[in-house]
Amino acid sequence: MVSLSINGMLVKVPQGTTILDAAKKLNFRIPTLCQHDDLCVAGNCRVCVVEQLGGRSLLAACATPVSSGMQILTNSLKVRAARKHVIELLLSEHNADCTKCYKNGNCELQDLSNEFSVGDHLLLDLTETKEYTIDRFSPSIIKDDSKCIRCQRCVRTCEQLQGVNALTVAYKGEHQKISTFEELSMAEVICTNCGQCINRCPTGALVERTYLDEVWDAILDPEKHVVVQTAPAVRVGLGEELGFEPGERVTGKMVAALKRLGFDSVLDTDFSADLTIMEEGTELLTRLKRALVDKDPSVALPMTTSCSPGWIKFIEHTFPEYLPNVSTCKSPQQMFGALAKTYFAQVRKLDPKNIVSVSIMPCTAKKYEANRPEMRSSGYKDVDYVLTTRELAKMIKQAGVEFRKLKEDKYDSIMGKSTGAGVIFGATGGVMEAALRTAYEIITGREVPFEGLNITPVRGMEGVRLASIKIEECKEEWSFLNGVELKCAVAHGLVNARELMNRVKSGDLIVHFIEVMACPGGCLGGGGQPIPTNEKIRKKRTEAIYAEDMSMELRKSHENPEVIGIYKEFLGEPLSHKSHELLHTHYTERVRY
Amino acid sequence: MKDKHVKRVDLIFEKIECRDVLEKIIDMEPDAICQEILESDLKGRGGAGFPTGMKWRFGSQEESSIKYIVCNADEGEPGTFKDREILDQVPGKVFCGMAIAARAVGAKAGYVYLRGEYKFLIPKLNEELAKFHRTMDEFNQNFRIQVRLGSGAYICGEESALFESIEGKRGEPRNKPPYPTTSGLFGKPTIINNVETLVYTVMIMKYGASHFKELGTKDSRGSKVFSVSGDTPKAGIFELELGMSVNEFVEEFGDGDTKAVQVGGASGFCVPRKRFEETIIGFEGVPTGGSMKLFNSTRSMYNVLHNYLDFFTEESCGQCTPCRVGCQQLLKGVEAVKRGDKNSKYLDELVKLAKTMKRASKCGLGQSVGNAFGSIVENFKEEIIY
Amino acid sequence: METIIENELVRELANKHGRTRESLIPILQDLVVQYRFLSKKDMVDVARELDISAADVFGTATFYTFLDTEVRGKYIIRICKTISCAMKGKNEILSTIEDILKIKLGETSSDRKFSLLEANCIGWCHKAPAMLINDTPYTELTPEKVTEILREYIKIQ
Ligand SMILES: Cc1cc2nc3c(=O)[nH]c(=O)nc-3n(C[C@H](O)[C@H](O)[C@H](O)COP(=O)(O)O)c2cc1C
Ligand code: SF4
Ligand code: SF4
Ligand code: SF4
Ligand code: SF4
Ligand code: FES
Repeated sequence: MVSLSINGMLVKVPQGTTILDAAKKLNFRIPTLCQHDDLCVAGNCRVCVVEQLGGRSLLAACATPVSSGMQILTNSLKVRAARKHVIELLLSEHNADCTKCYKNGNCELQDLSNEFSVGDHLLLDLTETKEYTIDRFSPSIIKDDSKCIRCQRCVRTCEQLQGVNALTVAYKGEHQKISTFEELSMAEVICTNCGQCINRCPTGALVERTYLDEVWDAILDPEKHVVVQTAPAVRVGLGEELGFEPGERVTGKMVAALKRLGFDSVLDTDFSADLTIMEEGTELLTRLKRALVDKDPSVALPMTTSCSPGWIKFIEHTFPEYLPNVSTCKSPQQMFGALAKTYFAQVRKLDPKNIVSVSIMPCTAKKYEANRPEMRSSGYKDVDYVLTTRELAKMIKQAGVEFRKLKEDKYDSIMGKSTGAGVIFGATGGVMEAALRTAYEIITGREVPFEGLNITPVRGMEGVRLASIKIEECKEEWSFLNGVELKCAVAHGLVNARELMNRVKSGDLIVHFIEVMACPGGCLGGGGQPIPTNEKIRKKRTEAIYAEDMSMELRKSHENPEVIGIYKEFLGEPLSHKSHELLHTHYTERVRY
Repeated sequence: MKDKHVKRVDLIFEKIECRDVLEKIIDMEPDAICQEILESDLKGRGGAGFPTGMKWRFGSQEESSIKYIVCNADEGEPGTFKDREILDQVPGKVFCGMAIAARAVGAKAGYVYLRGEYKFLIPKLNEELAKFHRTMDEFNQNFRIQVRLGSGAYICGEESALFESIEGKRGEPRNKPPYPTTSGLFGKPTIINNVETLVYTVMIMKYGASHFKELGTKDSRGSKVFSVSGDTPKAGIFELELGMSVNEFVEEFGDGDTKAVQVGGASGFCVPRKRFEETIIGFEGVPTGGSMKLFNSTRSMYNVLHNYLDFFTEESCGQCTPCRVGCQQLLKGVEAVKRGDKNSKYLDELVKLAKTMKRASKCGLGQSVGNAFGSIVENFKEEIIY
Repeated sequence: METIIENELVRELANKHGRTRESLIPILQDLVVQYRFLSKKDMVDVARELDISAADVFGTATFYTFLDTEVRGKYIIRICKTISCAMKGKNEILSTIEDILKIKLGETSSDRKFSLLEANCIGWCHKAPAMLINDTPYTELTPEKVTEILREYIKIQ
């Protein structure tokens, strides 16, 4: 333990603690910009500088470990002067038109300049001579260099959490900037559209491309029937944008709000998550059968999940040789979209041409996914607009809906019913768990041998998790699986996915089934979720997801009555011709570098 | 004060038999080497002036099977060119110094980081290096050196940026602590010294610490190689005893009309004529990595300042706010004052800003921009304004 | 599968310098020796050899003034613009060269033989003004001297 004093108060902290954290212990908040709990220390913004008595220069609190006997001042004259200068300097390079900025009201730079009242700063405006560019080519992300403060959080995110390295720091000195390869558009490089960089950008330099206006136009167009689907993770995140604590479930209020906003049918992606389990589970069993019984060497195993479009783009770029291993199932969003303009239209007697299909997602990669050319199997664009959790919150505010006071409401039908298995898609390990709940039961006729159906080994926050389940006493038709130990691996965050795939590639890891979610924590930590994010918040959202699962009447996808119904009335059976047409897809190899 | 003028010294360029020194140190206990260097009071000649013996002792105390010795030959400070001459004239002595350091701390690998501008030295260095490695073989020593080239980035002379560069990355300085002796190149304990420092360690091991200490002052022992340029009839490289005043220096090197001397390059201080007498060149006065630039009365100090600020604006690595944006503000700021777009009071604002840069920047570059800025603005305000 | 057109030189350089991150800058330096600048394709090929992202290669290259990512001529002239050279007539040298080569500062001649650039202090202040042509320093330049030097280079086919 090291003891030191901060603003005259004594504190004892473990060796290696930063001044920033030591100050936190005494309830002194030191402002930060480049620091982020999820990322390694950078120490480059210098807004966190503090004074050490007797020291020549100021110290960056985020980057300096405490030492014994240190006397730190966090608000001395020198500190205040330096901090104000730092903020003024950042603003002098910054296109600070807050009122027109997408991040207005949720911007760390804005908060700081407000706190330090730098309204009348004296320095020269440097923006006039800078040739800043705005990249609007990506369907998911807008990168506006004129709002960038070069904190490098995005670069560290893309490298340390995602292992993608689509972003880099380029040039030096006054020309230093955040760039892609050759300053290409984000749409032209290996970016996965995961949006994790957006979640950690303190300013408006990286934001989602919004489709709010388009959605409002559709809603307010009387000709259009606007269908909305909501992803599982949205219900455990949305509250944070609307005054609730992290981890509060707002499913019922969200449904009520969507109805008030004027969506014509408020439906649930969880329904198509259940459907995904039917298709993907059957696909896995089919692959296993072909491998084990037919000894077909062309079967690609391990099979990986396909619900995370960030993961899909990542594997297309990075491990294209493994594309045959990816489940051909579309993501729940896209299954839903394809059905909305076919099955739903048919049942509800609507002309698909007049249906506008909107999805609310915790994800920015879903915006890209919806724009893929293959995602038109209904004959129309299957999902017209994708909004993030954050955008939905904004809609709710724009419409003047008092969210807190809303009475809980229920999803419409059809395609609004779901099970706990669909819900847990929102957490890392959830798809695996949902698939096992169903597959095990199909094979053996018994429930998975885990207390309360909770397959805890696949849950948690570890980057890569391995689990296996022994299959015994199978039903007749699955007897070839008797005694097979079904091996599964789960990864979240693409840096972990990369590690997992490298292990698979080297032959060091042999598994049958892999779940990958591009974002840390799974979709609940998605690039479209409320900002800020950190592990504590993600854990809260995870608890909420599992609580939601427990609260559901049905917990297994194959028990979802609407799923049973759609197979009876429309699809036939999993992997049927119609399923293939509407619910499955193919992938494209892309350049790795 | 000593009653003598500028005194020439010939240690650095003295042609010696490095084998003898190597033979001697191989038989010495590592700690005895550290002790000898410590006793000499040798301070680093790269600019920062950290006691070399102390650095080596810290390095020797680290528990690690891998340690590195790095010779900093990035010499990017405007007005400094002595390391080039040392590497050209006595490269064997530089490698010998690295071998001494290696023996002192227990390192097996060394790097020379040579600035790209000096690439023409490579054939000669490689030849000399082959000789050196043969000698090491003869002595059964497994210390090996490789030469790495820079590629045009002044900041790579900063030690942690230099490590990043050898590691194949952008030369962005790291946070400190940890210091190189704990975690340097590839995260391993590393001794990094300037070319000249390393050669002095050779001479100290050859002649003894007390011989070295005979020259210089209490705070600045020994001699140093100066790079003299600007308005002087005697531009060039001179090894001089430390402790002279700027006045003594100017008497020797000035053209009779010297109005200011920039000591220590763009990141050093500008000494105006009225302070020549009282200012000692050395760690007690104005420290220098060796750059001495003389300006006579025909020169506009605005141009000098502008040139330096332009240099920093380009050569800052750009990662930290005070330095990246501060440099641009100072540069554009003096331009605005000169043009008359800003009044002279704005210079006071800029001086305050330069102070913040000094206090809040991440590395020595941003921390020293204020040196030249402050001293030129203070002493030549009229030249900046009018 | 992605069709990759072999880049012999990059492969060779990777064999020579290694395929770890540490090898990146030596490889880029050798490419510059060969082509005077780093083309987009070469950067991608280097990324592939080292299995790092192309953005990383680009970000690293652009940090270093001598690792140009813009097309440059066979002979890159870098005139020192720092204070000593500026004091000793660098501008005169610059305009002399501009006149001879008929290119402006920052430009490359249309036959891609010469590029004319400025550099920060190249370490020859006592013999100012100075310049580098590729790796060779030229010092104590005068308009006459620089004319002479360039005449020799122009002669080279
Ligand atoms: C911006 C900057 C540039 C530097 N450039 C050099 C350099 O070119 N050569 C050098 O020896 N030290 C340079 N240094 C100092 C080094 O960081 C380091 O202190 C030195 O190499 C240590 O060697 P010494 O103790 O022998 O002086 C520079 C420091 C800074 C902050
Ligand atoms: S990024 Fe922040 S400070 Fe900048 S304009 Fe937007 S809201 Fe304002
Ligand atoms: S969206 Fe994801 S992959 Fe793309 S730059 Fe941001 S963090 Fe990297
Ligand atoms: S884009 Fe955002 S996260 Fe990235 S450096 Fe700029 S301000 Fe920071
Ligand atoms: S002070 Fe300048 S050179 Fe040093 S880290 Fe900051 S920006 Fe880079
Ligand atoms: S938060 Fe500490 S330097 Fe940025």
